[in-house]
Amino acid sequence: MNELLEIDNLETILHTDKAPVRAVDGLSLKISKGETFALLGESGCGKSMTALSIMRLLPDVGEIVAGSIRINDRDILQLPEIGMRKIRGKQISMIFQEPMLSLNPVLTIAEQINEVLKRHFNLTPKAAQDRILELLDQVGIPDPARRMHEYSFQFSGGMKQRAMIAMALAGEPELLIADEPTTALDVTIQAQVLQLMRQIQQRNHMAILLITHDLGVVSEMAQRIAVMYAGEIVELATREDFFAHPAHPYSLQLFASLPEKQKRNQPLAVISGNVPSLTQEFIGCRFADRCQHATQRCHEIKPQWETVTPDHLVRCHLFSTDSAYDNNNQTTTATEVTETTSTLSTTSQPNAALLEVNNLQVHFPIRKGFFRQVVGQVKAVDGLSLKITAGKTLALVGESGCGKTTVGKSILQLINPTAGSVRYNKQELVGLRRKELRQMRSEFQFVFQDPYSSLNPRMRIIEILTEGMDALNVATSQQTDATATFPREKEIDALLQHVGLPVETKWRYPHEFSGGQRQRIAIARALAVNPKLLICDEPTSALDISVQAQILNLLKSLQNNLGLAFLFITHNIAVVEYLADDIAVMYLGRIVERGHIDEVISNPKHPYTQALLSAVPQIKHTIEHKVIHLEGDLPSPATPPSGCHFHPRCPHVMPVCRESYPQTSAFSATHTTHCFLYPQEHSSSDHEH
Amino acid sequence: MPFDPVILWTDALIYLLVIIVLCFAWYVRKNEHLLAPWRRVVHSASGMSALTVLLFFITVGLLDTVHFRPALDHKNNYGEAVYSVEVLSLFDILVTPLRTNVEKTYSAPLATHLYAKETIDLPDGSRIRTFARLEFGGAHLQHPETDRLSDIQWRTAVGIGYGLMAWSMLVIGLCLLLAHRTKQNFLQCLSAIWRRTTEIPWYAILITLAIALALIGVTCMLATHYHVLGTDKVGQDVLYQSLKSIRIALVIGTLTTLIMLPFALLLGIMAGYFRGWVDDIIQYTYTTLNSIPSVLLIAAAVLMMQVYIEMNPDLFETIAARADLRLLFLCIILGITSWTGLCRLLRGETLKLREMEYIQAAHAFGVSHWRIITRHILPNVMHIVLIATVMDFSGLVLAEAVLSYIGVGVDPSMISFGTMINAARLEMAREPMVWWALMAAFGFMLTLVLSANLFADAVQNALDPRVSTLSQKNKILRHRVAKKAAPSNKTDTSESSSTKKPTHDS
Repeated sequence: MNELLEIDNLETILHTDKAPVRAVDGLSLKISKGETFALLGESGCGKSMTALSIMRLLPDVGEIVAGSIRINDRDILQLPEIGMRKIRGKQISMIFQEPMLSLNPVLTIAEQINEVLKRHFNLTPKAAQDRILELLDQVGIPDPARRMHEYSFQFSGGMKQRAMIAMALAGEPELLIADEPTTALDVTIQAQVLQLMRQIQQRNHMAILLITHDLGVVSEMAQRIAVMYAGEIVELATREDFFAHPAHPYSLQLFASLPEKQKRNQPLAVISGNVPSLTQEFIGCRFADRCQHATQRCHEIKPQWETVTPDHLVRCHLFSTDSAYDNNNQTTTATEVTETTSTLSTTSQPNAALLEVNNLQVHFPIRKGFFRQVVGQVKAVDGLSLKITAGKTLALVGESGCGKTTVGKSILQLINPTAGSVRYNKQELVGLRRKELRQMRSEFQFVFQDPYSSLNPRMRIIEILTEGMDALNVATSQQTDATATFPREKEIDALLQHVGLPVETKWRYPHEFSGGQRQRIAIARALAVNPKLLICDEPTSALDISVQAQILNLLKSLQNNLGLAFLFITHNIAVVEYLADDIAVMYLGRIVERGHIDEVISNPKHPYTQALLSAVPQIKHTIEHKVIHLEGDLPSPATPPSGCHFHPRCPHVMPVCRESYPQTSAFSATHTTHCFLYPQEHSSSDHEH
Repeated sequence: MPFDPVILWTDALIYLLVIIVLCFAWYVRKNEHLLAPWRRVVHSASGMSALTVLLFFITVGLLDTVHFRPALDHKNNYGEAVYSVEVLSLFDILVTPLRTNVEKTYSAPLATHLYAKETIDLPDGSRIRTFARLEFGGAHLQHPETDRLSDIQWRTAVGIGYGLMAWSMLVIGLCLLLAHRTKQNFLQCLSAIWRRTTEIPWYAILITLAIALALIGVTCMLATHYHVLGTDKVGQDVLYQSLKSIRIALVIGTLTTLIMLPFALLLGIMAGYFRGWVDDIIQYTYTTLNSIPSVLLIAAAVLMMQVYIEMNPDLFETIAARADLRLLFLCIILGITSWTGLCRLLRGETLKLREMEYIQAAHAFGVSHWRIITRHILPNVMHIVLIATVMDFSGLVLAEAVLSYIGVGVDPSMISFGTMINAARLEMAREPMVWWALMAAFGFMLTLVLSANLFADAVQNALDPRVSTLSQKNKILRHRVAKKAAPSNKTDTSESSSTKKPTHDS
């Protein structure tokens, strides 16, 4: 097969304040026509810089210092900028991670696509309009003739990404670079977009360079896979090879870090240390410092490509011909070596509900007109009930926009509920005054989704941590003189050690920490006031797989040691399977199904739960895996559909669904759902099993 | 006592400001984490060059702030010293020749003759109409037509010489100091400065200083015998006027901001943070205030003040005290009318910040509103405050000019950029045109505002903990690395990258 893209020994440097960062350091790869090639790696390993180097769209501080990038045997690094413009969009085009930010809000979708057409084709206005219509139709935008003249903010997230793909396809490129195309999207939407990309690739015979950190997406999409680490490719294999026998210790560790149901009672494998700083000159293997198999040789000699099978190359000394190496041995040790966490003890506690939420409603008024009359209500949370037992984890699962976060915040009374009751240890929280509530604040705390915006950038860690303690007057245990600037310094040290950070870090500012470390600080801040209940709002969604594993281990050990209860708000099913005891599935402000984790995951009843679970990209294709594709997007909570909220997207929709909201159907003492497919509680009590 | 110290209202406020700044500096010095960002300011080349220039202005301003009344020669009946009614400043004493060498009317910069023809009585009784010789400018020259140019050239050269001599003394002093501190020898320090490897950008500072000192040297040499920037309608030296205007500009720029800041900060943040009825009231207040033309409001207030001053002349000992109170009142009224813009900006920013997760986290801890405002919101809007203040600084100096133009600005007896620009209105319409007064005001204002802007830029960059800027030093290192790498192995690729990025070689 002839090669479409050939990158040879690419070196890209970012000039930063301190020392130049070798973002891409000697990267070589080849992509054939019509192939999907996945570049897999954690954040900061140079994936996106590779993509931008190919497009020659590096930021101002970036510079390609060596190597060649050939597309159809033409070195594009030798082209002048004007020549490059003929390549961009025509031969290579790119879709970005954040569809909200990559479309211009003041231009209609048609105008934006037309920009590409104008640049590369000589079409009459009529022909251009037809072509835009065709493109939008191709990417599955309903009613394209009308929607092409709408603005990007009138599109939902999934639709924006479709429009973005249409724009990328407008120049009929031979290579599509997709930089984390679905990371910002929900699982059901992600399934739609991935499906669309596969269809388009087959139809247009286009090559895709897929850049992602998600092993699931890779396994669904890619034909060949390159694993990138610290600026270079460490493993290159076909999909089957890679998922059956990953070779490089780093790849193995990544697999071991994935949360899964099978790993529930053991801590996840954690790659010790951090990604090395790319400013240094590497002598030996880049992974050596974090690798459990590292030998003296790894630290001294740079590993070259070793062949495992003809299609499977790995950059590791363990595979070189002169060192005997047993593959199986490797896999077992990788899972064995874990962070030292205390053994899990299932503390059996009486099922006293720590937190009880009954019929919680949070409505936001929509105001319009001069006198700001209320013209409608956004029913973000609409009659939600749940119960958390002390020391247990309840996972609240749902797509973005279904009201998960609002639930969390309204339980903490950060948002005032419209109706309903929230009882903590049988004490009603709704309607408490600020002062009264303050007495209770130390009992429950919140861990936010984005560790970058949840820490004040202008406060040092010690100030961040002491703030809550001071505000809630948590008693100091040590006898310290009151004149010291930070009388709680000892406690802060203990806290930082608890979350696995060195104590010297307390004098630093948040921006000096990586995402995972920041999340640890956020957890430490919540723990500072000794809460009984932690509400975690997607605490790992902004983090890499290996860092996610660290945080999940931390949360789990905290639960075991301190007996914390968690309300875990997430959309990541794998994390839920690993961590949660109970699960509640939320759709448009209401819980559609709830139950014990095993009951719901192995035997989902509600069509939405079924679709949600099936849409999660699977790594292992051992069992037959059928994705239930949901049509359309989440409806607006301002105008929820009549009857069952899910009926417009439900594959099993019946006339009765449009009329009234279904009552509870119980399958066991814990497992209930709201769906007309099952006998309603008031009419019959026989369970369907 | 040979003088009677006078503390005017604005003097008192300036002293207060200086004390606050000194206390703040002392506090920062004691706290390592607060000191670190200020070290970064010190490392910024443009910021330090701007500060050097700014320091010159501030020195002039502060010297001009120390007011007193000199004692007169005679004593009164009781044997007590009698003090002059004229209030002078330390600066006035320093530049006495500039102050006292008053010509008849307009003369061009460095001129020896008046700018307008006048009728002169000759000793023999006849009258001719010609350009009269100046009383002071070039008075030492016997034949001004022939000697003037060479005299000016010579004095310029000597001035530059003196300036550079002073500069080299400074360089030597600095190197000795550095050598003492870093335990290196003198030459090593000198070469470190020259090769720009010192932490503090002494190279940039010294270049700025060299230019400034050469200019000052030239001015000093020329000013004793010429009017360097010419004279105005009543024959006063324009250089003196420009230097005197610096204090007024600094007072209006800083005091007005000080008066405005509490309003803008408190109301803006409160409106954004509390929303609801607090927001409504504050919004309506500033919308109403904004919709009244501020010139009218200021004119009304200043005229009222003027009437009050004239009704109670016995309250003021000297003319200077009267003029000063008027200046203070102008600052207050400018402050009250100009907080709305910053207030609106801060309200918007606070609206954004209050939804940030760290504020929510603070709420979850039950942190009080006041603490959230002071610890979380205020530090995060300071960059806006800083930029807006510096932008306002130039705006306020200009506002003073406009107000002086319509006659409600500073007291006519006070020299300010505003009164100078105001006078230039007629001078520009004159034929032949008198351009130097406006040019002088323009030049001084530009230098002042530009250096304030550059310095504020450097401060803002350094104070934001997230910003990491591409420092000058690394850019140079980068060039060296690229140049070294190019010939060895990557000839073709470095060519391609340099064609791609033409900026990195420039």
